Amino acid sequence: MTDGSESYDSDVEAAIRENHPALITYITAGDRSLEDTKAYVEALDRGGSDLIELGLPFSEPIAEGPTIQAAINRALEAGTTPQGFFELVDDLETEAPLLVMTYYNMILQYGSEPDVRPFVERAAEAGLAGIIVPDLPAEEADPLRRACDDHGLDLVFIIAPTTEGERLEAIMSQVSGFAYVQARLGTTGARANVSTATHDSLARLSEYDVPKAVGFGVSEGDHAAEIVEAGADGVIVGSALVDIIASSETPDAAVDELEATARELKRGARRGAGEEDAPEPEQP
Amino acid sequence: MSTERERDDHDSGGTFGDYGGQYVPEALMPALQELEDAYERYVLENEDGFMDEFRERMHDFGGRPTPLQRADRLSERYDREIYLKREDLVHGGAHKLNNALGQVLLAKYMGKERIIAETGAGQHGTATAMAAAHLDMPCEIYMGRTDVNRQRPNVYRMRMNGAEVNPVEAGSGTLKEAINETMRDWATTVERTHYVIGSVVGPHPFPQMVRDFQSVIGDEIREQVQEKAGRLPDSVVACAGGGSNTMGTFHAFVPDSEVDLYAVEAGGSSLEIDEASGVAPNSATLSTGTDGVLHGAMTKLLQSGDGQIMESHSVSAGLDYAGVGPELSHLVDTGRVTPASVDDEDALNGFHRLSRLEGIIPALESSHALGYLEKRYEDLGELVVVNVSGRGDKDLETVLEETEKRDLAAAPEVEVFDG
Ligand SMILES: Cc1ncc(COP(=O)(O)O)c(C=O)c1O
Repeated sequence: MTDGSESYDSDVEAAIRENHPALITYITAGDRSLEDTKAYVEALDRGGSDLIELGLPFSEPIAEGPTIQAAINRALEAGTTPQGFFELVDDLETEAPLLVMTYYNMILQYGSEPDVRPFVERAAEAGLAGIIVPDLPAEEADPLRRACDDHGLDLVFIIAPTTEGERLEAIMSQVSGFAYVQARLGTTGARANVSTATHDSLARLSEYDVPKAVGFGVSEGDHAAEIVEAGADGVIVGSALVDIIASSETPDAAVDELEATARELKRGARRGAGEEDAPEPEQP
Repeated sequence: MSTERERDDHDSGGTFGDYGGQYVPEALMPALQELEDAYERYVLENEDGFMDEFRERMHDFGGRPTPLQRADRLSERYDREIYLKREDLVHGGAHKLNNALGQVLLAKYMGKERIIAETGAGQHGTATAMAAAHLDMPCEIYMGRTDVNRQRPNVYRMRMNGAEVNPVEAGSGTLKEAINETMRDWATTVERTHYVIGSVVGPHPFPQMVRDFQSVIGDEIREQVQEKAGRLPDSVVACAGGGSNTMGTFHAFVPDSEVDLYAVEAGGSSLEIDEASGVAPNSATLSTGTDGVLHGAMTKLLQSGDGQIMESHSVSAGLDYAGVGPELSHLVDTGRVTPASVDDEDALNGFHRLSRLEGIIPALESSHALGYLEKRYEDLGELVVVNVSGRGDKDLETVLEETEKRDLAAAPEVEVFDG
């Protein structure tokens, strides 16, 4: 936390600082079913995730690329509701703190009137550590931030390649948990390489003493290594994991592969930090 | 159109009462700031003669001003003065060009290199493709698969004007999905691309800026009706999808409390909503929606209790949208605008009636306003203006098909078309 404005200790920030370089993983809750999601989250936790983001599906996911869009559609078709989502979180016991990633309308509509507070209260009760809202820029975030402050939750802001100058200053002074550095313009989705925009963004942010995690496009250990080497404190991986869920023959197979992939990503991140004990990945 | 526009009391900082705002991914925020700045300088302050050039092009290329026509047979039928604002005569066949040309010109002034847009009926896509060709800008249009299928003439027209048309397969393949996809494109290419939003929806400054480009409709009506009838109308009726022809028609009359304003939405097949199926058999957002955030703005929406956006329905592609402009939501809440709706069948009857009685084939969107006139003329006073937002050539296939399914009093024998 940069300006001491929050009166609680951030579990999110601590998870990144204590496990540096951190691995942050994302999957969509209810993709196939909420029971399967529980097993997937536990697998990601065993595999060495330091924070886990759970997507609460919204019908109009404008920040999402095709992979996560499809996962959200599967989750909605499976009947995933905010109630079911929170019951899943109630049930989960993970080492890694959990964050919810969802769109603003889902937060507003929880409860009987359009209001952000009931959602935040329920999130706190379920033990969530923070909230990420891809369609809520800092300018519109006051009501949610106040509610999050009151309940000891972090509200994570996204820093885009286009975020510069005064906007960057203003957002960085309000960072809570970590700065979510968007690796490239566009939507989520696994990519074959690390964008140069990532390096530029990390260079722009280097003077700020807040944890920085890079997401959008990260899919393998080598990307994680490169990003950490460029100055990130963590990497965020979503679509590559959602792909595993979508393409596995059985939930059990997905569980094994999720755990192995998390492990490989975490190793990559540690290699990027120059940690000796990180074994080389097998060459394909 | 009056010269430099003042900001209205209720649109301070991009909100209209509780509605509006900028709920978009962070990557787009600098572009919205840049657009707001350009809107204020060029549109509100006429910097570099932007508005002069816009008006000249609307005149020479767009065909403005459009007539305010006294509809003789409708006046006789309803025993009162009925005037039609003929936006169907704008180049391209709908009011959509007022906004599309304004925005494409603005993009040019801003130094953008590429134009993207979404379209429902294809009318906005067509207008944008025409404006882009006219101003020599590359252009890509996103259109839901269902709408591609039901509005083919417009798909051809966009292609003729050199635009690339990208069908969107997601969801029900209508306007909502097309907007999602255009936003994704914009989030990827924002530095050199301008997104021409097609209605008074989306994040600030779009609702306000689009209204300003469209307000030429009401400004002209105000002048023309005083010239022809010697006074202001008792009521003004316009259809509402997102609400751009609606706000464009109403804006000049908002301060005239003696003029009643009616926004007619698509009642579809029913106003009932089946929450469990996630489908609304209508697009009557102002009448039945609840407050929430969609496509960058807080406004009224068709949504489930959990906040999932519903699939909407209307026989008319241009009204088939689960949201509506934030300013209209505000004007409805404050009682200035009366929300109304007519169902698919009344709209089809409105289509046939105007075609038969006045020799004007209206868009199915506009036919909703005409359907409302038929049903409620007794409540509308002695002097009524109805905005004919567009012409119906694009809808002939749909109308034939939908008419055949029904027993419509106003319809011609459709079999005659078979041979
Ligand atoms: C002729 C016509 N009228 C009305 C509309 C609805 O849009 P709006 O409510 O923004 O005027 C459309 C949209 O495509 C249209 O083509």
